[in-house]
Amino acid sequence: MFMQNNQVNDENMREISFAEAIREALAEEMRRDPTVYIMGEDVAEAGTPFKVLLGLVDEFGTERVVDTPISEAGFSAIGVGSAMTGMRPVIDIMFGDFLPLAMEQIVNRAAKIHYMSGGKLRVPIVFRTTLGAGRRSAAQHSQSLHAWFSHIPGLKVAIPSTPYDAKGLWKTAIRDDSPVIFFEDKMMYSLKGLVPDEEYTIPFGLADIKRSGKDITLVATSSMVQVALDAAKKLEEIGLSAEVVDPRTTWPLDKKTLIASAKKTGRVIVIDEGYEQYGVTAELAAVIAEGAFYYLDAPVRRFGAMDVPVPFSPVLEDQTIPSAEQIVEAAKDLCAV
Amino acid sequence: MTAYQQPLPPAAELEDSVLLQMYYQMLRARRLDERMWVLHRQGKVAFHISGIGQEGTQIGAAFALRKGYDWVYPYYRDISLVLTLGMTPRMLMLGLFGKKEAVSSGGRQMPEHFSYRPSKLVTISSPVGTQIAQAPGTAFASKIKGSDEVTVVCFGEGTTSQGDFHEGLNWASIHKLPVIFLCQNNQYAISEPMSVEMAVKSVADRAKGYNMVGVKVDGNDVLAVYDVMREAVARARKGEGPTLVEGFTYRPVPHSSDDDDRTYRSREEVESWKKKDPILRFEKLLYERKLLDDAKKTEIEAGIMDEVNDATDYAMRAPYPAAEECLYPVYGPLP
Ligand SMILES: Cc1ncc(C[n+]2csc(CCOP(=O)(O)OP(=O)(O)O)c2C)c(N)n1
Ligand SMILES: [Mg+2]
Repeated sequence: MFMQNNQVNDENMREISFAEAIREALAEEMRRDPTVYIMGEDVAEAGTPFKVLLGLVDEFGTERVVDTPISEAGFSAIGVGSAMTGMRPVIDIMFGDFLPLAMEQIVNRAAKIHYMSGGKLRVPIVFRTTLGAGRRSAAQHSQSLHAWFSHIPGLKVAIPSTPYDAKGLWKTAIRDDSPVIFFEDKMMYSLKGLVPDEEYTIPFGLADIKRSGKDITLVATSSMVQVALDAAKKLEEIGLSAEVVDPRTTWPLDKKTLIASAKKTGRVIVIDEGYEQYGVTAELAAVIAEGAFYYLDAPVRRFGAMDVPVPFSPVLEDQTIPSAEQIVEAAKDLCAV
Repeated sequence: MTAYQQPLPPAAELEDSVLLQMYYQMLRARRLDERMWVLHRQGKVAFHISGIGQEGTQIGAAFALRKGYDWVYPYYRDISLVLTLGMTPRMLMLGLFGKKEAVSSGGRQMPEHFSYRPSKLVTISSPVGTQIAQAPGTAFASKIKGSDEVTVVCFGEGTTSQGDFHEGLNWASIHKLPVIFLCQNNQYAISEPMSVEMAVKSVADRAKGYNMVGVKVDGNDVLAVYDVMREAVARARKGEGPTLVEGFTYRPVPHSSDDDDRTYRSREEVESWKKKDPILRFEKLLYERKLLDDAKKTEIEAGIMDEVNDATDYAMRAPYPAAEECLYPVYGPLP
């Protein structure tokens, strides 16, 4: 399953996986800019547990693909310290659940140094990490914590849902002069999609319409985009035309596109794999409610991960993730069919 | 199996029956662990992380403790430790499958994140090392309460690079807390060899920086570990402070069922360490002392395989949690 993107020419496209798209983006940026380097646990020979970085060490050596001791707080700080001198580190945090260990460096340091130095010090760093459940790895390997970072002024947050978006957003992330937290859905690495041969970047703060429709808008992020597309297909079978909008970055946020789609369809469901309580879905629903209030036929509905620590047992875990069936039911309800 | 609940004498004076108990515990853990790998390969379970090769360190430590009295923070490789301290093969298998009856969490926690309240075993967090700073907290409470219970916390050598290690050891030493930091040094942190993890040759050397006793011991020599742990426990119980123990060993299997160790180490290296296997080594000693012969070994093996088969069958047949069990217990009961 892949998304056509309007701006690109089909002829010069190849089908590659989400993981390959990320690896290509990093390799191209490392070739282009000698200040870019990658640092984290098991990034070099092992190429990370998900094998996303496999082979990079062969091309760039252990000086630029650096295996670190197990010390997330430490190597995040090392990254921040080097970034202020003009380096562009990619700090690999194996699971998003390990970000709390590096929180001081990300939230109180990386996010604030630019402002607190009156713009004289920059921290062009990217924290690369994962989100998403469904892998039977329980409460401390499955969380989607991107809302935390979207909450902090000074940080940008990318959450791509296709190989095309991943590659384009990665290149922007590395070139950006502000700290970026880059979340990859760990279940998506083998997802295939078309990616152009030629160089391209995708700006932050630009949503993408993954499918257009007129009856209802499904705003979905990262892992939930495929779920929303699935739901859209099922809705089509019963005669409902769903538009699927992917913000691609939670901050900066393309409010305009979200609001325009909501105005067009009048009904909105927001789906994101972070916890529902105080989550991304709440922010997006509020943006839409504020911007399209007079156009809405019903209150905005939202689906996040169930508000429980993600359990291990398959029968328990599967229920915690929003499903296409739930979305279809909610859509039918909103559209009164 | 109650013989070792009391403080036992030094290794040289241990009774034959205790030595055979040690052997049985090592072998049982090994066979259960091997079965777990098989179940993973058959696609019956989602994940396994193994303690194979580290039984010498774990059993040496377990026999130095008062079961159900001392607090233990096992880490994910501590299959033989937790089996010796009161968990059963069925319990571990139920956890592996994520079944309702699994004592650690009723299927909520990942396999091998052991906890068992009756044995005072505390579950780890998947982010490694956070238990190293919690253990002095448990020991601090024992001290305040005037109890002579001891706390043992286990972790790998790679994890000693975390800040929690520094913070935990510093605290424990300032307050002379009854805690033993048991580092199981298997020379790798997933793909990273020790040289990438630290500039020192031995984790135990770091104890000096905290004015703490640090001991490096051959982790594949169960009796040597036992003696070192026994002394550390005695010191802690008497209020003479913490010890950092480093059991030097090897992980002859991949890091976990998700890992392929061929990308980062040679087969020759792995094979050479397999020859130093702690069970083979102990077995040799028991043969030399005439405590074990082929017939007896076959008998022990058969008994163990019955236990392993029973645990497997039982766990496979056991029901999964009911769907609504997902929703609790997120919070404790209201006051
Ligand atoms: C904070 C944190 N970072 C990274 C990981 C991923 N991880 C799991 S086990 C492990 C290696 C631990 O090595 P070591 O402490 O030597 O223990 P071993 O597995 O070798 O027994 C790593 C890096 C993690 N679980 N938690
Ligand atoms: Mg290790």
